[in-house]
Amino acid sequence: MRINISRRNINDPFVRKVEELSGQNLMACYQCGKCSAGCPAVSQMDILPNQIIRLAQLGMKEELLASRAIWLCASCMTCNTRCPKGINIAEVIEAVRLILLRKSKDHLEVKELSEKVREEVPPIALISSMRKFTS
Amino acid sequence: MKISYYPGCTLKNNAKNFEDSTICALKQLGVEVEELSRWNCCGTVFSLATDDLMHHIAPIRNLIRVKEANSDRVMTMCAMCYNTLKRANERVKNDRESLDRLNEFMYREGTKYNGDVKVLHLLELLKNDVKFEKVAAKVVKPLKGLKVANYYGCYLVRPQDIGLDDPENPTILEDLAGLLGATPVNFPFKTECCAAYQTVDKPEVVAERTNQILTSAQNQGADVVTVSCPLCAFNLDQRQKETAQIYPEFKNIPVLYFTQLLALALGCPEESAGFDLNYIDPKPILKEKGLI
Repeated sequence: MRINISRRNINDPFVRKVEELSGQNLMACYQCGKCSAGCPAVSQMDILPNQIIRLAQLGMKEELLASRAIWLCASCMTCNTRCPKGINIAEVIEAVRLILLRKSKDHLEVKELSEKVREEVPPIALISSMRKFTS
Repeated sequence: MKISYYPGCTLKNNAKNFEDSTICALKQLGVEVEELSRWNCCGTVFSLATDDLMHHIAPIRNLIRVKEANSDRVMTMCAMCYNTLKRANERVKNDRESLDRLNEFMYREGTKYNGDVKVLHLLELLKNDVKFEKVAAKVVKPLKGLKVANYYGCYLVRPQDIGLDDPENPTILEDLAGLLGATPVNFPFKTECCAAYQTVDKPEVVAERTNQILTSAQNQGADVVTVSCPLCAFNLDQRQKETAQIYPEFKNIPVLYFTQLLALALGCPEESAGFDLNYIDPKPILKEKGLI
């Protein structure tokens, strides 16, 4: 895969927005990969948690916003607990999700859930899924 | 002892056995729970965005209800409610400006919130207030011969400042199971996330996790797995159906709320443990061990 790194992307307001919403300093990450090593969702992810941080540092928003990985993170906080630089990676991923959700680009279409699913799953699952995946 | 109690939504339906077993167990220990009047959903997840105050209204409004009940402590059992209430509380305690804005927003509430309510998990109440020694002394039916794998999941122990126990290697549930006479079984997936709310639109992701977590517990010889979260319970118990379809090697194992075993050991009637709400029936193994 060819990756173009540009100053324009790095200075994109998107990077500031992610830092602002997450309250994290992205440049603190030195890419040790400990977050990805412990993440229980990596087997399903297209890009790994440390790559999410790297893409955010470089302002590569199209790649980030289109990734499947941001929706697989369930904010379990294992990465946050282990990051040697004290970065809250789960908060960074939440910020990326919110940038989409706040433009009403929902990940979960509640209307499209089958009757079976709505009856089967407990309220705690429906509410948390709506909180995380809808605007 | 009396304690204000916040049940949360799921304890009134799918997880009614979590509530009933807790109330009965606490009664045996001389603790009376007083359910808050007019409580509302806590929101289930703590909002992680710095600018998102709106989603802290729900948990903080519940803490106002605690004050209205003339109490300064509230106990809950659901790991997600505990995490959300406690983190929202810590956030406003450390940020007066946010607290003022939340109070302004809730101007119709007769009571202002000042960050002066303490949020407790049942495990903290048992360990620090009732004291584990007293729990052990009140055991009438020791869970002898029952090998219990204690699953913590995420929200009971993470992030670190939740402070219930060590986030990487918690032992409070093993300690309790041991006091009840059971044999706690250690297993490496006890704090691995069950994939939580992904269960709504990606049940196959949950099945993969359920397979890993429960197989790991079985490999360590567990007879049953205990949980403290209704969402973990759904994923690890009900989703065994999907898990078995995807992973033919997978073997079923009963998943219980830790309070169901607590109630049993403290001599509560079997009905209060509500085993009929468990998807994989725990009764055969409990009968085999002579516990029911």
